[in-house]
Amino acid sequence: MGKMVTTAIQNVETYLGSFSEFSKQAAGHSLPWLRKLREDAFERFCETGFPTTHDEDWRFTNVAAIARTQFALAVDLQGRVSDSDLKPWRVENEAVQLVFVDGQFARELSRFGSLPKKVTVSSLKEEIARSAPALEAHLGRYLNLERDAFCALNTAFAEDGAFVQVGRGVVMEAPIHLLFVSTAASSPRMVHPRNLLIFERESQATVIEEYISLGAGTVLCNTATELVAGENSTVSHYMIEREHQDAFNISTLRIQQERSANVASHSLLLGGGLVRNNVHPVLAGEGGECLINGLFVGNGRQHLDNYMHVEHASPHCSSRQFYNGILDGKSHGVFHGRIVVHKDAQKTDAKQTNRNLLLSDDAQIDTKPQLEIYADDVKCTHGATIGQIEENALFYLRSRGIDELTARRFLLMAFAGECLDRMKPGPAREHAGRLVHEHLLSVANHLPGQPSGEGEIGRNWEEAG
Amino acid sequence: MSLLEIKNLHVTVAGHEILKGIDLTVNAGEVHSIMGPNGSGKSTLAQVLSRRETYQVTGGEVSFNGKDLLAMKPEEAACEGVFMAFQYPVEIPGIGNTYFLRSALNAIRKYRGEEEMDAMDFLPMFREKLKLLEMDDRLVNRSVNEGFSGGEKKRNEILQMAILQPKLAILDETDSGLDIDALRSVAQGVNAMRSPERAMLVVTHYQRLLNYIVPDFVHVLVDGRIVRSGGPELALELEEKGYSPMEEQARQSLPASA
Repeated sequence: MGKMVTTAIQNVETYLGSFSEFSKQAAGHSLPWLRKLREDAFERFCETGFPTTHDEDWRFTNVAAIARTQFALAVDLQGRVSDSDLKPWRVENEAVQLVFVDGQFARELSRFGSLPKKVTVSSLKEEIARSAPALEAHLGRYLNLERDAFCALNTAFAEDGAFVQVGRGVVMEAPIHLLFVSTAASSPRMVHPRNLLIFERESQATVIEEYISLGAGTVLCNTATELVAGENSTVSHYMIEREHQDAFNISTLRIQQERSANVASHSLLLGGGLVRNNVHPVLAGEGGECLINGLFVGNGRQHLDNYMHVEHASPHCSSRQFYNGILDGKSHGVFHGRIVVHKDAQKTDAKQTNRNLLLSDDAQIDTKPQLEIYADDVKCTHGATIGQIEENALFYLRSRGIDELTARRFLLMAFAGECLDRMKPGPAREHAGRLVHEHLLSVANHLPGQPSGEGEIGRNWEEAG
Repeated sequence: MSLLEIKNLHVTVAGHEILKGIDLTVNAGEVHSIMGPNGSGKSTLAQVLSRRETYQVTGGEVSFNGKDLLAMKPEEAACEGVFMAFQYPVEIPGIGNTYFLRSALNAIRKYRGEEEMDAMDFLPMFREKLKLLEMDDRLVNRSVNEGFSGGEKKRNEILQMAILQPKLAILDETDSGLDIDALRSVAQGVNAMRSPERAMLVVTHYQRLLNYIVPDFVHVLVDGRIVRSGGPELALELEEKGYSPMEEQARQSLPASA
């Protein structure tokens, strides 16, 4: 134990240099509240260090490979991405697309359509520069730095990312697309995108956060998003992870839901090497509804960890968690579904379902429900299944003339479709549907027991730890 | 040349021999009924012919249209013209009934070197067959068999058969669990497909179905062997006397050591 703690602190020290340099010249370094926020966060990070698998929240995910790597902050690399590089990554019918290259906002690559009045879509850095009033009121107010070293680290280095504010009563049909591009890295690079998304009372909007790679290399993308859903607002949030299989991606979505707010969080984990997807909604006002919907598809040696922390803090709220996992090769999936019902959150209705398909003998899933209920009049259910492609269904399709590979793809699409069906119809869902379809076609390219044609992809995260 | 020729077929499931030497010849245009008590191997025969891989063929041969059926995968058998209506049709949530059927039809057409059919051409044909089977239009938009009643599932099997137009149609206990209305419309669908080019193998436990689908030949399967073959009158005899006399006869004809 003693040795473990020492190691953690040593690793933290390598961040000291980065932080002292960063904190001197970062945007907003002269704003006292922001400086304090960063310094406190860094201090907190130094105290805790990176989690180990002894930590219950990280039991199934070993981040030693991250702790051991000497990451450097990204320098200005914007010239490395051109408009034509991004062509395949645009979303049809999007309202606006903000592009971030290695964590930094790239205005010339971004596209601003005609946004409705009372809508601000810009970069956090720009908002810090003009000292926007919403920042001090919201930034860092919701994330739990005590519990999570990655959130603390993100906050310490918080400077750029997306800033979205949708004014009261504004209804936006077209999605706001945030595209985070990581370029090739010759030495290990870290980025800490920080997003603040504010949806005022009775507004309605959709945001897509999408992470992609345009080159290989060791990259840590440690992102944190604070999403504030005002009274009676309706918000859809998409987290789409499509980075290459060497990337570390740790993301946290912290949702603050006011009275009667209706939020849907959709996560699609298709890429990335070692991925941790934290979704943490707090139903802070009465009558809130939250849908936490996700699909993770792993192959090669991908490690895809989904950590749900649903907090019912007010009465008469409902939450629905549905996560489907498809795991092939030697991939490892995790679903940790934690539901906390506070003392006063009577009439809570919380449900959790995790369904998994294992396509190979070496694929692995750990699924764990965790219910902490302090109120006495609540309805909480959870369930998990782990199975293979159903032989009966496969034979049925084949007996009608459909070849085995196609039949398997049909069944995978149907399984993934459960997740797509929960998304509201519109451009964001179409985008998600297309990505899932293309991804499954490329993953389901071999029959069980036969090589995938791509050989061994990615590294072994367990051994690396 | 016969459409289907089974010679001395032996089949084992999980170490147990279920079929112990079946010989059967079926010509195009004929309807054969396989009858037998529970556990006699009727469904095993149907499943082996549709190439279910859980059944292990330990001896014998089966030729279909001159080709070695036992060397085919399920999808190849289907493309060659074998169709089995399942005793227990499988529910497949998330795959639309029409999408599934059009994909199946196009897989078969492609195999035969024919042009694929688009949705515009497919739908009218689909609706026409729905009418033939007195099926609800709503089934067009539903997932394969999901939430279907027992009768709807069986009708859906015959609907698939009507669209895929097989050379050999195997009905595996299609009548089991059907009320008389469903039985009539299923039989109507099957009879509409009788033709000189097509053969049918009607596997059933009960004679009732054979009032509606009148076979040319009836075979009685007991303990993995065909113990008697005859015309439609054999089914009536079974209805009257039950399977016991034939089971008894089969036992006596076994060698003393067995």
